[in-house]
Amino acid sequence: MQRYMKIVANIDKEPVNKETVIDAHNISKVYNPDTIPVYAVNNVHLHLLKGEFTALVGPSGSGKTTLLNLIGGLDKPDSGNIYINGVDITQLSSGELIDFRLKNIGFVFQSFNLIPVLTAKENVEFIMLLQGAGRSERDDRIKQLFRQIQLEDKLDSRPAQLSGGQQQRVAVARALASKPRFVLADEPTANLDSQSASNLLDIMAKLNKEEDITFLFSTHDQRVIDRARRVVRLVDGKIVSDSAAVATEHA
Amino acid sequence: MWLVKLSWKNIWRNKNRSMITIAAIFFAVILSVVASSLQDGIFGNLVKNIVSFYTGYIQVHKKGYWDEQVLDNSFRADRHVTRKILQVKNITAVTPRLESFALISSGDVTKGGLVVGIDPAKENDITLLKQKLVQGRYLSDNDRTVLIAQGLAGRLKLKLNDTVVLIGQGYHGVMAAGKYPIKGIVKFGSPDLNERVLFMPISTAMDLYGADSMATSYILSVRDIAKLQSTAADVQSSLGADYETMTWEQIMPDVRQHIQADTNSMKYIQGILYLLICFGIFGTLLMVMVERKYELGMLIAIGMKKGRLAVLLMLESMFTVITGCVLGILVSIPVVYYLNKYPLRMGGETAKAYEKFGFEAVFPTSIDASNFITQGLIVMGVGLVLSLYPIYKIIRLDPVTAMKR
Ligand SMILES: Nc1ncnc2c1ncn2[C@@H]1O[C@H](COP(=O)(O)OP(=O)(O)OP(=O)(O)O)[C@@H](O)[C@H]1O
Ligand SMILES: [Mg+2]
Repeated sequence: MQRYMKIVANIDKEPVNKETVIDAHNISKVYNPDTIPVYAVNNVHLHLLKGEFTALVGPSGSGKTTLLNLIGGLDKPDSGNIYINGVDITQLSSGELIDFRLKNIGFVFQSFNLIPVLTAKENVEFIMLLQGAGRSERDDRIKQLFRQIQLEDKLDSRPAQLSGGQQQRVAVARALASKPRFVLADEPTANLDSQSASNLLDIMAKLNKEEDITFLFSTHDQRVIDRARRVVRLVDGKIVSDSAAVATEHA
Repeated sequence: MWLVKLSWKNIWRNKNRSMITIAAIFFAVILSVVASSLQDGIFGNLVKNIVSFYTGYIQVHKKGYWDEQVLDNSFRADRHVTRKILQVKNITAVTPRLESFALISSGDVTKGGLVVGIDPAKENDITLLKQKLVQGRYLSDNDRTVLIAQGLAGRLKLKLNDTVVLIGQGYHGVMAAGKYPIKGIVKFGSPDLNERVLFMPISTAMDLYGADSMATSYILSVRDIAKLQSTAADVQSSLGADYETMTWEQIMPDVRQHIQADTNSMKYIQGILYLLICFGIFGTLLMVMVERKYELGMLIAIGMKKGRLAVLLMLESMFTVITGCVLGILVSIPVVYYLNKYPLRMGGETAKAYEKFGFEAVFPTSIDASNFITQGLIVMGVGLVLSLYPIYKIIRLDPVTAMKR
């Protein structure tokens, strides 16, 4: 109850008319529909506003990865619609989706996010090259991002020369390099020790607070959950609780 | 440009594997260039041997001469026939011969042999007879002298400038006899020819045999050996049914068989080589695709278009294949030149078989540049076609499945 109060307090500080970034309606994803159907995501509604810092939690197999893949346009739902910035991404072809992801969504995966033959700087630059950004724009952005992830001294290191936590920070920088509308992170701290995990969370929270960057991340880790400003809990593909909903109810 | 750089870096992410692939392509190119240069060289050498052997590429006779090789089966060698033959495309030269068997005697020893009347200059153009001269001088048009084969001279115990006596049956049964000084001695690779042949100017032979302006055969040379059959057919149809036209392959079917057997085995070797290249390249590509499945899925997930990814992988294969091919061609050049200068020498049965036909069993490589280019391009083509496989995989790649572990 005390935690909810805290969140309520936080939410009260938010400006009222926040822009919607993700609006998922009634989405479902069924695996093996013909044999033993698995409702990985079952009739989920999810509404995310700009600047939210949301944790998607739930036991293993509850559908967190599946839901993130649907929202990220990596996978298609069997039913329902997902509006991102007013575009229903369930209607896009897989080719259009690739382009949509590049322009609108930043991704951080659990591990092996980076291209091993490129340096940290080149990995971040890569996504801007895909977008066709010019030289000076890239250089400026890289400088700024590496300052934000506090790895200005590791620009020229290869991923293999970085610790897991440092690699994930570079992955966050790369996700942000394309100036996406939001960042999706599937268990970004799962392979990190608690120190590195908390370090990564610090950086993400700071980016969220200072740059108003929207994060949606899944996690198992209670310490990470504690850092979230909104917690969405999934069980068997269904949302069983959502602190934002609770918060609004209490408001 | 950054895509090119990235592909270059990707090649070197697994140095050993790339080196093995490049080395496989490298050796494949060398082997296939050498094999094909050797094949060309052998074929060219043999054919050259045959031409200067004495048959020429194509022969024209009076119909029925080949079955019954007698003077009475000769034809009138007038300009009309020559002109008709020369009008056929791909024919470069014609020379008449008047050939007949005779007894050849030194006085003490007598042997049966083949007396060949030739047009000295034209004969040399086609069969390079002058090059076979080991002693004395070559014939000129109206000489009443002869060239004798070395083996025959030895049997008859004749030396340069000695006189040889010829006795035989002339045209329409007349008696043919004459005495001629030996102007030169020629040497043939074929023991058969070397033991029995004697040349004289065709006018002298006509006198000897009483066969004025007659010839038993025309010897033809061609420009393009590949068109031998069709050229022979053209000559035949231009001359009509009174004549018979034969290619060297028909005149010496056993030689032809040998050449064919040897070229065929070369083709098998090359086929196996190409297969090895395919497996090598394909194996590497498979490994790359399995190893990098997650990474490729991740690249698509973060927004890299499949087309670009395909280009990236194509560039990687191209760098590998082209590097292997270029190095292979560069190294095969000196190898082929060496084998041209110091040809392979066959031993054993093969050598005997070739020597029976009068060829040395020496196989130089052809240094024709087209072999390097063709073989290099074939290997490169094979490599590049195989590199389409990753593109196919990329097009079907689903990032979610690819990134599942
Ligand atoms: N490709 C698939 N085919 C069949 N079933 C699948 C597939 N992918 C996921 N599932 C099933 O869907 C359900 C949800 O899986 P998902 O990976 O989304 O869970 P998760 O919450 O991310 O779990 P974890 O915490 O272990 O990562 C699980 O029951 C899983 O077995
Ligand atoms: Mg998961």
